[in-house]
Amino acid sequence: MAPVSTRISSISRPANPLLGFNGALERLAWMAGSLLVFAIFWQILADVLQNKYLPTPLTVFDVLLREGASGALWEHTSATLIRVAFAFVVSMFIGTAIGLALGRFKTADRFFDAWLILFLNLPALVSITLCYIWFGLTEAAAVTAVAANKIPNVAVNMREGARSLSKDLDEMAMVYKFGWWKTLRHVTIPQLAPFFAASARSGLALVWKIVLVVEAFGRSSGVGYRLSIAFQEFDVSTILAYALAFILIVQFIEFTVLQPLQARVNEWRR
Amino acid sequence: MAALNGANGDAPIRVAVQRKIFPAVGRREAQLVLRDVSFEVAPRSFLVITGPSGCGKSTLLNIIAGLDRDYEGEIDLGPAKDSLAFIFQAPRLLPWRTVYENISLVLPDGDRRREKIPAMLERVGLAQAADAYPERLSLGMQRRAALARGFILEPEILLMDEPFVSLDDPTAQSLRDLLMELWHSQPTTVLFVTHDRAEAIQLGTRILRLAPGKASVAQDAVVSLSEAQRHDRAAVLAEQNRIFATT
Repeated sequence: MAPVSTRISSISRPANPLLGFNGALERLAWMAGSLLVFAIFWQILADVLQNKYLPTPLTVFDVLLREGASGALWEHTSATLIRVAFAFVVSMFIGTAIGLALGRFKTADRFFDAWLILFLNLPALVSITLCYIWFGLTEAAAVTAVAANKIPNVAVNMREGARSLSKDLDEMAMVYKFGWWKTLRHVTIPQLAPFFAASARSGLALVWKIVLVVEAFGRSSGVGYRLSIAFQEFDVSTILAYALAFILIVQFIEFTVLQPLQARVNEWRR
Repeated sequence: MAALNGANGDAPIRVAVQRKIFPAVGRREAQLVLRDVSFEVAPRSFLVITGPSGCGKSTLLNIIAGLDRDYEGEIDLGPAKDSLAFIFQAPRLLPWRTVYENISLVLPDGDRRREKIPAMLERVGLAQAADAYPERLSLGMQRRAALARGFILEPEILLMDEPFVSLDDPTAQSLRDLLMELWHSQPTTVLFVTHDRAEAIQLGTRILRLAPGKASVAQDAVVSLSEAQRHDRAAVLAEQNRIFATT
């Protein structure tokens, strides 16, 4: 019966694939292998087609190095990253506040639900052009336009979180006289954390894409601006090089900040 | 416990609920849950409130705990009202806090009783599980943790709402034994709700039966069993037949 008991003990102590060193290494190896196959496929396709609008991965890599050496890459990506950071923080903050309020107050929820649907379905292009027309081609208008796109998403997510708060645990905290601070810290926030983490992850992906559009429209720095110039010159290598650089940066943030955060938030789960 | 008995330990708990109504919701009509339920509980006695499901037992307990304030009547817990613990039907532990943290959280910051947590965990058989998250434990162990959380407060009133349901017999029995042991070493006024008649007889010093449909007290009986008899199945059954003979 030895195998049975081993199996049971391995069930009661599940290894978290996100935390284990070997697990991370294995995941990384799979990813590297898969990307390598993609690059080879791309290289072959580019070699066969011999079209100047489909450069080979090696050409793109050369452009990336050139832009990096000239300092342009750093200048544009840092400008974009700062805008992403601002828009991300602003929309997480305001979206969370709105979501929690709607989740708690039924009348407000009934009334503002239609507004939320309106803003959820407002095309990014509309909010961006309107922000630039109303507030001018300024940094504040750019960040506002991005936040306007993300806030409804965060609000809907956090409203769901606020609605699902456990009445049972609330009563427990009341009977045992937790007080508002202990209740917030140990009862309420842990229940909202998964919703917040999910909003943050999907938020980063959405925000940086919209920031590029905002930059292409009305800013004279940033990856979006650089891409719009490259588009005018039909410079596909530069477009791909910047796209690659930004994908790498966002994936890095995802791996080092957001995924560990989500794993931590869910640590207690069975 | 002599020190406790002096100033405030001897005031009985007075419960007098004239009317408790669940308001109409949607297509369901308003419902009278409790009517003229009045009784006193002597300090450090073990009162079992029993009756079929839906007769208002849990509602009554929530009113006494102060969780439900929408009723007509008066609850007087006396000076003991600031020293109350509630052990719910579901363990209601915080799943994102360890067993130790769950118990520690009910104590105010800097409270000396915190030093007693390891000994308490030992007593309820959870010494090894102090750093485990509740969802990794069995339901029986979670209920032990809930017992420890209630008793660490050394409460003067302990409310229990069917705390041992959905457990297999041996587990439920071992928890009842644990409860008896804790109660004897730390006497406190217990109001224990259950629909299980054998459990009622085995644990209680007095039984209050709520009538189905009428929403009021149908019977108020004293259990006359010695400690030894409470562990004797036949004696419990005989007493159960005597008290519940009227139905």
